[in-house]
Amino acid sequence: MTATINEAPPADLTPIATKVARKVSSPVGRAFVWLLAALWTVPTTGLLISSFRPEQDIKTTGWWTFFTNPSVTLENYSGVLENKVNGLPFSDFFWNTVRIAIPAAIIPITIAAFAAYAFSWMKFKGRDLIFVLVVGLMVVPLQMCLIPLLQFFGGDFFPDQLAGVTTIWIAHAIFGMPLAIFLLKNFIGSLPSEVIEAARVDGASHLTIFMKIVLPLSVPALASLAIFQFLWVWNDLPVAKVFGGGAESQPMTFALVDMVGNKGNEWQLLTAGAFVTMIVPLIVFLSLQRYFVRGLLAGSVKG
Amino acid sequence: MSTLRMNKLQKRYDNGFEAVPGLDLEIHDGEFLVLVGPSGCGKSTVLRMVAGLEDITGGELMIDDVVVNGMGPQQRDIAMVFQSYALYPNMTVADNIAFAMKLRKTDKEEIKTKVAEVAELLELTPVLDRKPGQLSGGQRQRVAMGRAIVRNPKLFLMDEPLSNLDAKLRVQTRAEISKLQRRLGVTTMYVTHDQIEAMTMGDRVAVLRRGVLMQCATPADLYESPENLFVAQFIGSPSMNVVRGSVSCSAEDDIDLTVGSQTISLSGEAAGRLKGLRSYDGRDIAVGIRSEALGGDGTSSIDVTVDLVEMLGSELLVHSTIEAPAVRAIDTGVELSDQRKSSIVASLDPRNQVKVGDRLRLAVDTLRMHAFDLETGEAIGRR
Repeated sequence: MTATINEAPPADLTPIATKVARKVSSPVGRAFVWLLAALWTVPTTGLLISSFRPEQDIKTTGWWTFFTNPSVTLENYSGVLENKVNGLPFSDFFWNTVRIAIPAAIIPITIAAFAAYAFSWMKFKGRDLIFVLVVGLMVVPLQMCLIPLLQFFGGDFFPDQLAGVTTIWIAHAIFGMPLAIFLLKNFIGSLPSEVIEAARVDGASHLTIFMKIVLPLSVPALASLAIFQFLWVWNDLPVAKVFGGGAESQPMTFALVDMVGNKGNEWQLLTAGAFVTMIVPLIVFLSLQRYFVRGLLAGSVKG
Repeated sequence: MSTLRMNKLQKRYDNGFEAVPGLDLEIHDGEFLVLVGPSGCGKSTVLRMVAGLEDITGGELMIDDVVVNGMGPQQRDIAMVFQSYALYPNMTVADNIAFAMKLRKTDKEEIKTKVAEVAELLELTPVLDRKPGQLSGGQRQRVAMGRAIVRNPKLFLMDEPLSNLDAKLRVQTRAEISKLQRRLGVTTMYVTHDQIEAMTMGDRVAVLRRGVLMQCATPADLYESPENLFVAQFIGSPSMNVVRGSVSCSAEDDIDLTVGSQTISLSGEAAGRLKGLRSYDGRDIAVGIRSEALGGDGTSSIDVTVDLVEMLGSELLVHSTIEAPAVRAIDTGVELSDQRKSSIVASLDPRNQVKVGDRLRLAVDTLRMHAFDLETGEAIGRR
């Protein structure tokens, strides 16, 4: 005698991420991922190779002929660095970008870290409302703020001495803060409350708790956020162009755009220029990528 | 050292929930007071109010006769050991212990000596340079203790510090904490839900139910003369047997308690102990008796049928049925079972030969009987 029992298939409880990870790590999946990655890198590789090819080669043949006819020169790079944009050498713009990007990454994250601590661990009236308002600012498009902010910076009460790079810092700080506060609040708020309370009982003030306990524990989140903000500012053109004023305080992206206009035919300079702009973000990303990945997951998975 | 006094201490949350309606409690200088009660009884809330981590919504909290209601935790000079230990994960063991002293700008040399001293005392010297993540549970617990004792605070507060340890380590650490507290003589308030911890560690034990103090007494008093049904059943393992019985008083000093169809007669001293029962003549009460007062010596006896026998080595626990409804203290008062039969436990000498199904005659030590009001759950005593 046989009895048929209609058994429901066991519910598949494997999370999607695990499934994807499993598929991707199969040989076929791996090959596919490699292929995608290769395709994705082709334009960048072409750019890199072109930037080292002599002017004549670039203008007559495609970059892939490099493999059959390799000839390398550094002339393009020296050409870019000596090239004058608005009467200023390209290297000036490189330093401008550095001058803009580092403080414009540090300032908002520092303020956001303090704010995130306050939103997480200090009790004050309207705390949740203010937090929601601040986070709500994330939906406001940057472009909408350009004119009002420009009027603000042009107002009588805004000191003229701050025009230029400082104004760009302030603008970037303003634009970067909502996301920074949101991400850091999620991270700092998920630190165990008993540790904070233990520090209070031990006699620590809020500032001490922040400096001695919360900051050291938040390094991964801070680092990943710093990378985000740094890359964003490094690659920015519109904010600098709108708020920066004259060419003397403009970043590399400005010079690159100028070159496209004035030296559109001189491809060898454009390729090298593009690579000069990319090199720092590339180094930053590659050297800090473990923070980057960890930080992106901050708060989403348990330790 | 220090005293702690609570006058009508109250905690009411914004949503109107009253976790602690008004607690009066005093902890004497150098005393080890254990706050015990079922989960959700407000004991941790009380401790957190004392620590300054929770706002006090009414009443007064005094440390050394100074009202500290408005003071933050850092101004109260207390030390606290948390259930999760709450060590600073980014600091070494030495830095964890020294943190509070560094904040108080103590002299560097003094910090060093103190940390070394505490580490020696708690056997932490070999791990001083490690981070908390590299320690075992027991070591973490000792670091948390070290952090508390290193700066001679006015008060120690401990919030279930042993509940994350395994059973064997818990018993060992329990004794160590007791010894340490006696040696240091620091006034201590210790919160636990484990009545065995409460009984073994406390100079006095305060039993809490829904934020209300049910009784505060020495462990022996709590066990021998509980003031109400809740304390009687909460303290002691196995729990006190309590069933419904009715009172009838004779012309002399004797008192008869009828439990089901059986009668237990109290006379002489036993009747004197429960003199208050005279005013309950003809009424029902809750009759309580601990397992060890059954089956030994006694002037009276009850007949029962054995349901289950548990051999513990040092004693033999006999569960049996008696024809009387059980009475139980619950969160809101007293609950009378609607079953006509109930189970009682007797703790007998392990050399007894008892089998399931046996009819047993258990002697009742009438000098160790308890009686409680069926409505209020209050103990009925001499008055």
